[in-house]
Amino acid sequence: MNGLLEQMTEKALARNIPLSVQLDLTYRCNERCVHCYLDHEDHGEMTTAEIKHLLDEMADAGVFILTLSGGEIFLRKDFFEILEYARLERQFCVKLKTNAIMIHERQAARIRDIGVESIQISIYSHRAEVHDAITLVPGSLQRSLDAARFLKSQGLRVIFANVLMVQNLQDYQGVRALAEKLGIECTLDPTITPMMDGDRSVLQLGVSHDELRQVFRDRGLVGDVEEFCTIAAPADEDALSALPCSAGHTTCYVSPYGEVFPCVQFPLPTGNVRNQRFLDIWRHSERMKEVRSIRLKDLTTCTSCSHVGSCSRCPGLAFMEGNMRGPSSQDCEKSLARTGIPSANMLAKKQAARDLVQIRLVPANSITQPSGAIA
Amino acid sequence: MNSLYVARNPRVAARSLDGEMMIMSGRDSTLFTLNKTATILWQAADGATPLEQIVQPKICTEFEIEPGEALRDAETLARDLASHGILQISEEPIVRGDSE
Ligand code: SF4
Ligand code: SF4
Repeated sequence: MNGLLEQMTEKALARNIPLSVQLDLTYRCNERCVHCYLDHEDHGEMTTAEIKHLLDEMADAGVFILTLSGGEIFLRKDFFEILEYARLERQFCVKLKTNAIMIHERQAARIRDIGVESIQISIYSHRAEVHDAITLVPGSLQRSLDAARFLKSQGLRVIFANVLMVQNLQDYQGVRALAEKLGIECTLDPTITPMMDGDRSVLQLGVSHDELRQVFRDRGLVGDVEEFCTIAAPADEDALSALPCSAGHTTCYVSPYGEVFPCVQFPLPTGNVRNQRFLDIWRHSERMKEVRSIRLKDLTTCTSCSHVGSCSRCPGLAFMEGNMRGPSSQDCEKSLARTGIPSANMLAKKQAARDLVQIRLVPANSITQPSGAIA
Repeated sequence: MNSLYVARNPRVAARSLDGEMMIMSGRDSTLFTLNKTATILWQAADGATPLEQIVQPKICTEFEIEPGEALRDAETLARDLASHGILQISEEPIVRGDSE
């Protein structure tokens, strides 16, 4: 984070201001990515008027960075009306997340005229056969790349967002090379999010421990491998007083149906802007306050873990596992792949598994006793 | 001397954070914060009010500065903000919708 933004974030934190919000305009999509966690049916999206009203409330609440995402945002017929309103009437700093397959020269020029901070495009491979097999839309890579070029030629900041999966493990370097050639930034995320209904089967698409370990040792990706993979010093009192992340503190998420959550990856319902003011939910929701009250020292297993000071633990993923104060297994995997040291969570699970299957040997002379021998 | 008109550049993002104005340049996504005088200028920059009419009631009164000096300082500030693409300046009134 740049220095000034960091200062502003500190200030927002101290004043309880939601500086940054992701608003999903729709869950409908024109791709069918195999790892996607969304239900693409429209269950009653907010209308244009409702969204404009929400944007008014968010601007008044102090929201500055607005990420418009989905689903596919360009499937909303009123997308440009919403974007224009957010930018020109309410002066948000807008970031877009899209698969971009509906962006042609005309749309790129219009986005440029309205002005956005960045456009993030999902690119899973530099090879059409791999990317298209993930999106399940033939020709989608070509269309996304054409759009990236149109946007780039308008002088806009474009970012490729890649998700690491078994299907595209071999291709992340290819995507990075392609991005570099086009003068585009590139991110890589090894996290697969469980489905909204809690179904975790999609996590099978994640790469194995050994593969992740190898990725984390790619100098081109992580920079100084030694530094990246180093085991952090034990967390002191100060580190343990830190916030788990920005969710509910300076950021939150609003769904196409008006539901407010601490983060897009933290599906704890805290209220709905259709029947409450955005700021009232942000300030007064008991659940939001609960999320806000948690410090690292309040975590259950993690406080006894050697990784606690350096772990990327996501409270939202932990919540989806059943406890927002608990560990997130996916982050435990990352910590292990990075450092080679199993997490406290893994050790506890191993112990529990051992306790479950353990058969205590009983002295031969007790076998005749009527009570059971299996502990 | 001709009047100077100032208008907020519609391509920037802006939000007041507890009285301090945050501005993200539409040109290169650089983040700025405006001090009190710059914030007053930004808020009053409607493209139609000449600079001296912004300075007189809003800046002179607030900071107790002599009008000539305040106007000179405001002009320098306006040109500086314009060089970062935050304000537009012109010797004619500026109609909204103009971009950089
Ligand atoms: S760590 Fe998880 S809950 Fe926190 S901001 Fe990141 S994705 Fe959201
Ligand atoms: S590695 Fe696992 S147990 Fe350790 S701090 Fe991270 S989430 Fe918690």
